[in-house]
Amino acid sequence: MISRRNFIKLSGGAVAIGTLAGCAGGTSRSGAGGKVVVVGGGPGGATAAKYLRMADPSIEVTLIEANPRYYTCFMSNEVLGGDRTLDSITFGYDGLRRHGVRVVHDTVTQIDPASRKIMTQSGQTFAYDRAIVSPGIDFKWGAIEGHSAELAESTIPHAWKAGAQTVALHKQLLDMKNGGTVVIATPAGAFRCPPGPYERASLIAQYLKRHKPKSKVIIMDAGDKFAKQGLFMAGWKKHYGYGTDNSLIEWVSAAQGGKVEGVDGSAMTVQGAVDKIKADVINIIPPQKAGKIAFDAGLTDGDWCPVNKKTFESKKHAGIHVLGDASNSAGMPKSGYSANVQAKVCAMAVADLMAGREPGFPSYMNTCYSVVAEDHGISVSIVYTFDEAKNEIIGVKGAGGVTPADASAEALRREAHYAHGWFANITNDIFG
Amino acid sequence: MGSITLFKKMVFAGGLALSGAAWAATPSAVMLANTCAACHGTGGSSVAQIPSLAGAPAEYFVESMKAFKSGARKATVMDRVAKGYSDEEIALMGDYFAQQQQIPMKQSFDQAKAGQGKRLHDKFCEKCHEDGGRKPDQGGILAGQSMTYLTFSMADFLSGERTMDKDMKKKVDEMFKSNDKSSVDALIHFYGSQQ
Repeated sequence: MISRRNFIKLSGGAVAIGTLAGCAGGTSRSGAGGKVVVVGGGPGGATAAKYLRMADPSIEVTLIEANPRYYTCFMSNEVLGGDRTLDSITFGYDGLRRHGVRVVHDTVTQIDPASRKIMTQSGQTFAYDRAIVSPGIDFKWGAIEGHSAELAESTIPHAWKAGAQTVALHKQLLDMKNGGTVVIATPAGAFRCPPGPYERASLIAQYLKRHKPKSKVIIMDAGDKFAKQGLFMAGWKKHYGYGTDNSLIEWVSAAQGGKVEGVDGSAMTVQGAVDKIKADVINIIPPQKAGKIAFDAGLTDGDWCPVNKKTFESKKHAGIHVLGDASNSAGMPKSGYSANVQAKVCAMAVADLMAGREPGFPSYMNTCYSVVAEDHGISVSIVYTFDEAKNEIIGVKGAGGVTPADASAEALRREAHYAHGWFANITNDIFG
Repeated sequence: MGSITLFKKMVFAGGLALSGAAWAATPSAVMLANTCAACHGTGGSSVAQIPSLAGAPAEYFVESMKAFKSGARKATVMDRVAKGYSDEEIALMGDYFAQQQQIPMKQSFDQAKAGQGKRLHDKFCEKCHEDGGRKPDQGGILAGQSMTYLTFSMADFLSGERTMDKDMKKKVDEMFKSNDKSSVDALIHFYGSQQ
């Protein structure tokens, strides 16, 4: 909010009325011009670039992204389970170009906050008035003994950044014998898509149920509880025999020795705190931190980037905004929806700041659907507001929550439909 | 320090009749509406199963949100979401979406059913859902809306999960006197065909 002091500072006489009206309205205003460079073309960066152009078409927006195509992590578990093609989670950048975003495929190597310049691998330099950095996640290799980026590229895929990794893990499942064991190891600490490992277990179990019913999935968990736990477990009971001797899914909590301490890619074993497990397919989802460029640019504090949650401007460097998985917006989960919404809040704030206006009061929301089985979807949905005194994103009291435990089969069927509807709309909102 | 005087006049005395906190803590309409787009489509025009909000009368939006909030209208997700917004915020969103131009959803439909649906629509629905369901006098926009969503909605109306208003109930009953249950499907194909 505008503090009274800032308000006075900002305003002079009759101008004050204009400032107030601007805050209350917030739709298109006179153009600010200037240059914004967006680093990273995932849900956060792509949405920010598009919505910045929508908020103020006079701003020159350049998006720098290494890859010509983006594979969404969301719905990639359906690719693993064989219900969806990789093609259907693949998106290009022509939609952004249609919005007047200049898209450059290159890798950012340096961000200099003092001179406000961004340098790339190919030797280009981009000057900016404001930069938006949305690099997503990077993995903390070495947290698990014997684990490495090389191992993930060869035999133990993470499939936590979609694309070739998704294809590799899917192929391993196809090649696995009936009666095989799949291990999914969840990461310690904050990670992208908190319900994701459990949706993955569900959809792999669905594949096994259809094609290799003597097999099973073992979730080796670094924690003792997880997102939508009650709903997942109820779904697993209903579809996958969870809790019986023939269950397609086993969950080993950290307290039961689930935290994976080591992996052997040749012997195909994972070492838990208690047991060593031999598996046919091993999917280790490594612990995570902000994407590399965030560290190189000095935007991090610990694993993530501290930001002003009203504008997503970095607490480390003025003029650079960080959003999505890489930011420390702990109140919201690291999800595609969160990144999409944060990008819009950020884009509007950047448009305001470029024009010398005080940014408007933010609103955020997150809805995460998980597909438990073909006709069985569940969700968590939370509306968030901003606590300026604490610089925190907080859930609105008395609202939000997960699918009710007593939801009817028809309601769960509709949630599966809506999960797919959400996917179509959010990807169109980001890339279309 | 003319600005202080002005500030005091505006905030503490007349005009705005709001405390500083209350005025600042209300996001703009576009800020609020942007958060809906990931599910309901950019600008409220959906390309999939979740209903479009664009172009719907503000009264319908507000009434729906309040019904979700109170639990009067059952939902999968929206009951949880609607509780997150004040009446003022709901009104802002309602006005915003009412001003957006709906982009009809591209979807496949059965031509013959759509033709039958058009005849039924003209006879039983057009009076309230005017212009082929494009410009509603009451209710939301039906033309170009997701057929999956319309199927769910009609199932709820017919099972009594969702309450039909008096006029709708009368017309639906009238339709069923001379038509079987497949007439609902025909209507849905007609609305889906409006692209």
